[in-house]
Order: sequence, then structure tokens, then C-alpha cells
Amino acid sequence: MKALRSWCNRQGRWLLASSGAVLVLFLAAPLLGLVLATSFGDLRAGLQQPLVWPALRLSLTTTSVSLLVVVTFGIPLSWTLSRSAGRFARAIEVLVQIPAVIPPAVAGVALLLAFGRRGCFARWLYPEGWSPAFTTVAVIMAEVFVSAPFFVQAATNAFRRVDENCLVVARTLGAQPLRVFYRIGLPLALPGLLAGAAMSWARSLGEFGATLMFAGNSSGKTQTLPLAIYTAFESDLGAAQALSVVLMVVAFSVLLLVRALLARAAGASLES
Amino acid sequence: MLEVNVSGRIGTRLIEARFDTRGGPLVVVGPNGAGKTTLVLMILGVRRPSSGRIVVGGATLFDSACRVEVPVEQRRLGYVPQDYALFPHMSVLANLQFALESTASDPSLPALRGQAQSILHDFGLTQLAERRSSELSGGEKQRVALARALAVRPRALLLDEPLSALDAAARQEMRSFLTSHLKRLGLPALVITHDPADACELGHRIAVLEAGRIAQIGTWAELRARPASPFVERFVA
Repeated sequence: MKALRSWCNRQGRWLLASSGAVLVLFLAAPLLGLVLATSFGDLRAGLQQPLVWPALRLSLTTTSVSLLVVVTFGIPLSWTLSRSAGRFARAIEVLVQIPAVIPPAVAGVALLLAFGRRGCFARWLYPEGWSPAFTTVAVIMAEVFVSAPFFVQAATNAFRRVDENCLVVARTLGAQPLRVFYRIGLPLALPGLLAGAAMSWARSLGEFGATLMFAGNSSGKTQTLPLAIYTAFESDLGAAQALSVVLMVVAFSVLLLVRALLARAAGASLES
Repeated sequence: MLEVNVSGRIGTRLIEARFDTRGGPLVVVGPNGAGKTTLVLMILGVRRPSSGRIVVGGATLFDSACRVEVPVEQRRLGYVPQDYALFPHMSVLANLQFALESTASDPSLPALRGQAQSILHDFGLTQLAERRSSELSGGEKQRVALARALAVRPRALLLDEPLSALDAAARQEMRSFLTSHLKRLGLPALVITHDPADACELGHRIAVLEAGRIAQIGTWAELRARPASPFVERFVA
């Protein structure tokens, strides 16, 4: 009877592991396919295509600016959300998460209807008739829209993990709320904030649908790396492959960085 | 002297407390969930009582009738929470410097450092100056937290479960350390504990908290001789 139970346990474990392996193989196959199909020569030739460097430059510039915007406004918002318990704060938290769950194409249409030349707010925002739609500013706006939820969620969680007693004690020691925030709250949440910033930046770098709808696909002006891959795919598969490998390497590096930072944050919170 | 007369509802917990610290440290003792920490947070100004008055050394910190409510950072109340709450990203010395920054007459870095080192010396903690909280024992953390709370020259001292995180040996040592320090400082002090043995040792008088209300106040001998309710009788037995 005991031997039978042990055999059943072994078989059960094997069944669970092999079922999981199916998904792992499915996820790894396209990534492996991309790497195996692209030789070093292909990569070098692809990177010499004329659309590559303007797209890479634009992606780096716009994602840096969008990250700056997200972090600048996201940190105060996340701190406020983490220290508020009311229904209004919970409603704002849900609202901020919506861009992360709606399809990117819907985000593009929504941005166009809000900030486009004939958008709902155009009359108040740009009475002169100018509109950011189909400009580099639109690329940044689309990136901020889709990536901000990733940062705000990570930052809010990081601030929630800060020991409430440390904040109370800091105030009893005479520190004003702003000083408590930047001397205690901010440093203690830093690993979580960096992980959130890395995830948010990676999401901006991969942004495609909202950018295409709201900013268009104009080389050097609104054509980011994912849009360049899409364009190259129609005429030059080698360039598309090379760009895809570059994006995959960047994404993989970000993933490793996020994991390292989260592990450090978990270690620090266990220590404290 | 710290005088507290507050009432208020925080969530489902109703707090009604009236006491003062005349004669020496007052220990508020009660089982877990009796509202001890909520009461401390009200005195500190983190939670707002719905009515009442809190006065320390003649200064009114809260008075619902006169609409006085001094913010937490201006109350000058030394607070040592149960987990000590040393800032984990700072060294022991930096923890003390942080405390001194808001009250020091000379806020320059060398002056703060000198003052912090002098306080560490007074508490016999000089050798721990560069260590972080993760490198300290429970007793060491307790001493650093106490030194930090006293660095701002507080009007009163509030200790929340000061011995509960310590092992038996450190507990006995800290009991004597706290008893002698509280006596030497002569500051109004409020100690919160769930342990009647700690209450007996640390407090001049003891207030028994039952479901958010003070059931009885008196010396240990008075509580044992004339318990006001079966709850108090069980608690001091």
C-alpha cells in the first residue's frame, strides 16, 4: 500500500512537471527560432539598413523622456496611493491600471479622441489649432499612457512595504512629511522603484499599437523600433530579424535587472 | 506630567482613556487587541481622537473643545515602537543624526556627528556607531531606539511593548536598564505592555486597559488588593 502511494506521488509529480514543460517549450520556441535564424553576419547586415539607426535613436530618446515623465509624476502619485486607505484612492488605483489592460489599439484611438486635432480637449489645450498627434510628442504621450501603470503599481507596492513605524518615528523626531518622504520612504522603496522603472521602460520600448494609431509611422519622426520592425518586415526580413534580436536582448537584460532588484528588495525587507 | 483624556473610535475599536503620569512612569497594560497601540498613536497625533485633551508639561497637544491639534512632528514626544523601527538604510550614528537634524542649534554635519557620538557614548553604544540595524541584537536595537528618541529632548517618552521582542536573558537586563533610566531621566513616561510582570517592574502606577477602556488605575499592590472588576483580578493574579 505504501509502495503504491509512493508510486502514485512520483507519477503525479511527473505529470505536473511534463504539463508545465509543454508551455515552457512553446514560449521558448519563437525566441530560439529568432536567435537561431539570425547569424552574426545577418545581424551586422541588418543593422546597416537605413531605417535601423533613426528608429533606434528615436526609441531611446522617446523612452528616456517618457520614463522621466512617468517617474516624476508617478512617484508622488504612488506615495499618496500607498498611504491612503479610502475608496477614492482605491478608485484612482483602478483607473491608473486601466491603460495596462486595454488593447494598445484602443489606447491609440482614445489618445486620438482626447488629444487629436479634433479631440474632446483640443479646443482648450490648443486653441491655435496645433495638435501633438502624428508628431514625436505623440510617441512620448503614447509611451507614457501604456507604461505608467507598470511603474505606478510597482512603486505603490514598494511604498506599501516600507515599515509604517519607521515613518511614524521619523515624524516624532521632528521631520516634516516631505522630509520623511525623501529621507525614509524613498530610500527604503528604492529597489522596488527601480524595478518598476525598468518594467515601465521595457513596456515603452516595445510599444506599437497606440503609437501607430496616435503618432503614425514616419521615419525619423515617429518610427520607433517596433514600428521599424513592422515596416522592414514588408520589404527586408533581414533588417526585421536584426531589430528583433536587438529588442529581445534589451528586454532580456531588463528582465534580469528587475529580478535582481526585486531579490534585493525582498532581502532588505527581510533584514529590516 | 503627561495628562491624557481622550475618546474616539478607530475602525471598530472604541477608545476611552483618562490618566496622567504623576509620580512616575505609568504602565498601560492589557491583552492583545485591547487598543493599547491605538491609544499611543492618538497621543502621538497619528490617529485623531474624536474628543478630549492631551497636555504635556503644561503644553496642550490636543484639545477638541479649543480646536487645538499640534502636528506629530511638533509634539516632541519620544516614541519607541515594539519593533524599534531603526531606519534600516542608515547606520546607528546616522539614525541619531537624523533625530538631531530637526532640533540641533548647529545643523552642520560635523556638529551633528559630534552630538550623535556624544549621545552614543552616554548610552555605551560607541562601538555600534557604524553598524546597521540588521547587525544589532534585540537589546542593542532597544538601546539605540531609546537613545534616538531621547536625542530630541522630548517632553515625554512613550514605549510600546519595550520588552516583548527580547529573549528571556535580554529581557531581564533591559528591565533593569529601563527602570534605572526612566528613574534617572525624570521624564513623564508611558509604557505599553501586555505582560503583567513587565508592568509590575516598570511602572510606578499601572492602568489596566480592557476593550479600549481604562478599567482601573493604581499601584501593583492596590490592583492586587482591591481589583475593580473580575477582569482586573484575573489580569493581576
